[in-house]
Amino acid sequence: MRLVVDLNRCQGYAQCAFLAPDVFAMHGDESLLYNPEAAAEQRENVARAVAACPVGAILLELTDEDMAGVVPQEAGAGAGSGGSR
Amino acid sequence: MSGGGTRDGSLEQLKREGRIVVVGASLAGLRAAETMRDKGFTGSLTMIGDEPHEPYDRPPLSKQVLLGNAAADHTALPRRRAIDADWRLGVPATGLDMAARRVRLGNGDEVEYDRLLIATGVRARPWPNPEEGELAGVFVLRTRDDGEGLQRALAARPRRVLVIGAGFTGSEIASACRERGLKVTVAERGSAPLVGALGAVIGEVAAEMHREHEVDLRTGVMVTALEGDPAGRVRAAHLSDGSTVEADVVVVSLGAQRNTEWLAGSGLGAGPRGIACDAGCRAFDVRGIVTDDIYVAGDVARSPHALFGYQFLSLEHWGNAVAQAETAAHNMLSESTDRRPHLWVPAFWSSQFGVNIKSVGVPPMGTEIIVTQGSLAERRFAAVYGYQGRVIAAVTFDNCRWLPFYEQQIEGTAPFPPPFTTVDRRPEGNKPVPADFPDPSVPTHGPTITLSGYSPADRKMTFTPGH
Repeated sequence: MRLVVDLNRCQGYAQCAFLAPDVFAMHGDESLLYNPEAAAEQRENVARAVAACPVGAILLELTDEDMAGVVPQEAGAGAGSGGSR
Repeated sequence: MSGGGTRDGSLEQLKREGRIVVVGASLAGLRAAETMRDKGFTGSLTMIGDEPHEPYDRPPLSKQVLLGNAAADHTALPRRRAIDADWRLGVPATGLDMAARRVRLGNGDEVEYDRLLIATGVRARPWPNPEEGELAGVFVLRTRDDGEGLQRALAARPRRVLVIGAGFTGSEIASACRERGLKVTVAERGSAPLVGALGAVIGEVAAEMHREHEVDLRTGVMVTALEGDPAGRVRAAHLSDGSTVEADVVVVSLGAQRNTEWLAGSGLGAGPRGIACDAGCRAFDVRGIVTDDIYVAGDVARSPHALFGYQFLSLEHWGNAVAQAETAAHNMLSESTDRRPHLWVPAFWSSQFGVNIKSVGVPPMGTEIIVTQGSLAERRFAAVYGYQGRVIAAVTFDNCRWLPFYEQQIEGTAPFPPPFTTVDRRPEGNKPVPADFPDPSVPTHGPTITLSGYSPADRKMTFTPGH
């Protein structure tokens, strides 16, 4: 799973750090650090973070590996559709 | 295929079966390619990049990667969509034949185009003495491989790191070193860190941050020589004030150079300051005539901006690379009446010593500055830059939610000093003070905006002949 956060948009709401703390972390009061290549098992958490970002700053790309074991109708919704802009 | 898309159907033909070549396989090149496909381009698309890697993100290299939180080879950029491109990675473009519409590659290949997008970006400015720059332990930080090497060197716990240049990258490196508990010295020619990008008033705040985190900050000095041991490892640096700093790792952080050498002699208006283009990203040739089929985007472009007196701005900003790529891609596939200008308001961020620094507008154009929220002493504030009675830029330290407001002020050419009285004004008072930027004729390290156009208001220009 690849992701990038548009830090011009990011306003430090920290929703992502609450929802996917293994991928996103606040550094100080409002700087965000994140792992640009998160593990497949973080897929649900990261998807929630993408949906919860108030400014839509997270762009996510799911790879085939991320989608392995996901039931087909769900896969159709997420695979390859990219992110949240 | 004819050059300009016109009502004769050539634009439709270009979109259907044209050949588009993108030189530069990084953020701008990738986002442009995605935009072209989004706009229905079904012809052939060639992506040329001198690095062997697919497009990756650079900002993490001086932050997460140096802290050891992310691996340098795990920063590949997510794709917005499939682009079905012919990738030529690990081979640089070495020449351009504008008349024949061909790009020459380092391996001797030639690639023909109907439309060309140049997004070759910048590279780290190397240490001026090549022999000293070759010493083991001397780094620059620009590419993924640079980040990987520097991360490994820091993980080996050097006794001291010397960072040369206290622009954004240099300051972020120093911050990461301190966070890892490493001793670090920062040598900066200017009077303070970030002074070229944000002026001395804000630079003083940055200097305090360095000192508070026990960075050995030396300002007003230059590193005159690097010294190696017999095994060819760097061991010390000599400074212009006569002092010596012993360090096992030296990071040269002296800003960037634009990747335009490959265009020498091509007839395109390309030089050390970048490639001049019109507001629609169409490149100029050396005669100042706009081309129809060559576009530029990202760090290597210089384009005039209506909000800033039509000065030609070169922006080394992540968001500019994305926005300019989208505009260039749109215009490459549009009738002339459907083209749109690139009028992105400059914006950037940095994260150092746990403080979130963000800015909008063009701070180096500002002559005055006023703190409008918070206070400099608390290191949590918004400050506004003024130029000829209008708001030209704003910077925040840990106060980024104010920035969209100031972006509107800049776009609306709001008056300076700001007349509103409902926002807090803190100890620094109500009067603007000089923003205190260094003399622009003296190079400083790390400004991410280069003002290089002729401004009608400026009659101080002098002609300086070459050697």
